[in-house]
Amino acid sequence: MSRRNIEENVFKGLMVVSTLIILSTLVLILATVTVKGLPALNLAMITQTPKGGYYLGKEGGVLNAIVGSLYLAGGATLLAISISLVVVLYLNVYAKKDSHLAAFTRFSFDVLWGIPSIVYGAFGFTIMIFFGLRTSLLAGIIAVSLLILPIMSRAMDEVIRMVPEELFDASYALGATRLETAFKVIARQALPGILTAVLVAFGRGIGDAASVIFTAGFTDSIPYSLFRPAATLPLAIFFQLGTPIPEVQDRAYASALILTVIILIISVVSRILTKKFTKHIVK
Amino acid sequence: MEFKTHISVQNLDVFYGTERALKDITVDIPDKKITVIIGPSGCGKTTLLKSFNRLVDSMDEVKVSGKVFLDGENIFDPKVEITHIRKKMGLLSQKPFPLPMSIYDNVAYGPRIHGIRDKKELGRIVEHYLKQSSLWDEVKDRLHAPASRLSLGQQQRLCLARGLAVEPEIILGDEPTSALDPKSSQRIEQRFLELKREYTIVIVTHILRQAMRLADYVVFLYLGELIEHGPAEDILVDPKEEMTKEYIKGIIS
Ligand SMILES: Nc1ncnc2c1ncn2[C@@H]1O[C@H](COP(=O)(O)OP(=O)(O)O)[C@@H](O)[C@H]1O
Ligand SMILES: [Mg+2]
Repeated sequence: MSRRNIEENVFKGLMVVSTLIILSTLVLILATVTVKGLPALNLAMITQTPKGGYYLGKEGGVLNAIVGSLYLAGGATLLAISISLVVVLYLNVYAKKDSHLAAFTRFSFDVLWGIPSIVYGAFGFTIMIFFGLRTSLLAGIIAVSLLILPIMSRAMDEVIRMVPEELFDASYALGATRLETAFKVIARQALPGILTAVLVAFGRGIGDAASVIFTAGFTDSIPYSLFRPAATLPLAIFFQLGTPIPEVQDRAYASALILTVIILIISVVSRILTKKFTKHIVK
Repeated sequence: MEFKTHISVQNLDVFYGTERALKDITVDIPDKKITVIIGPSGCGKTTLLKSFNRLVDSMDEVKVSGKVFLDGENIFDPKVEITHIRKKMGLLSQKPFPLPMSIYDNVAYGPRIHGIRDKKELGRIVEHYLKQSSLWDEVKDRLHAPASRLSLGQQQRLCLARGLAVEPEIILGDEPTSALDPKSSQRIEQRFLELKREYTIVIVTHILRQAMRLADYVVFLYLGELIEHGPAEDILVDPKEEMTKEYIKGIIS
């Protein structure tokens, strides 16, 4: 075998190994959560809130955390979308390519991306104290939206930057304004990528515990107001896993399973939507 | 041949940063004729075309001086509404770029942004211009299919229909057939020959044969300078300038 053939085979081998590592991690996590969580999962888990003594093994469920997490991640995602989309369309449609402001904004996103989520939590908490606010769904939404904003914006920026110059020109040549071009053509062309960005950000938001622990707090009831504390699945998992009682620890795995299923559903739906919107893309 | 002027370019200079892409261009583009801009690549043909509808504005680091008069109005006058200028010209680019929407919506895009909302009216416009660009028969049963599914040749005719739908006076084409197969190119050329009765047409091409087939008037650029311009039969058959002679003989390309 020639040297180049050997190189080729070594590289192929490395690829197989790397792929296997990724796949087996995914399978192992899913398996652990399913094997440990499924037996503890029952209808009560997803239809009831914790009753007295739930954390000691009495009945109830984590409906408070399911609803809280959906509200929180949903709200934070909506808030982050409205900011990201405007910023990113501004960067790509209005700002000049060599603009210092644009370069600085992109740099900021990179820095913000790297900041650990506990820092966002602490930052949110400081602001809350400053304004005399208590832990609430709203505070949690704001902290989580700050956490996912750089992720979403950076990902959207990448896809919108790929839109060919000629597509802008095609729209301008018809007498369209920048605003019309941005929303009717560019956002549409980048829609599959934007959707992916949104879902990645949603997944990050719904799974994060550190940013909500001080801001959204925790409660055993379903949140009914933006100004009341809200439970979240990651914290529910944390609290249940922290008890010394085995049945409650199993419920932590069941909760993790619920969280995983939510994320899986979102991913599948996003794949389908992305497919649906990809047909219009011009290359 | 007598020409009535439609676009009058006066001392036009365009800089990309410090690079001077167009040098003191002065030329009159005749009304309701096909003007063909020829010249080797990189000589500023696209830049000249994009100056007409002020697409050069959308690029960074571009400086323009001089004047371009359209209907007696200098299009580089700061008071001029840029969307209004652009609405007067349809643009065909080198490679067709349909908008990321259906065939119908592509044609209706322009009329919609210019305020036409009535469904019947839009339907009529779409049909009319698809027919004018001889695409109607091929797409009438799938108007709501994505435009991206059309062949390149069909896409270019769609872009023509899309441009015509905003009721321009001028059609600009930047090597509009260079991405197309011979059959599709021929169809586009045929369209141009028919459309020149109603529109002023300016086309960039590097295909000399195409210039011969289409041109009423020829503008020859070389390294950003206007070397020679005049009626097609003069420039293409009996050029005055040495440079033009060499280009037409294929010595410089
Ligand atoms: N966006 C741009 N930025 C900088 N230089 C450019 C840009 N577009 C064109 N140029 C330069 O301007 C000159 C003319 O280009 P162009 O008008 O595209 O020529 P042509 O269409 O005849 O090939 C070339 O030297 C090219 O490198
Ligand atoms: Mg060119």
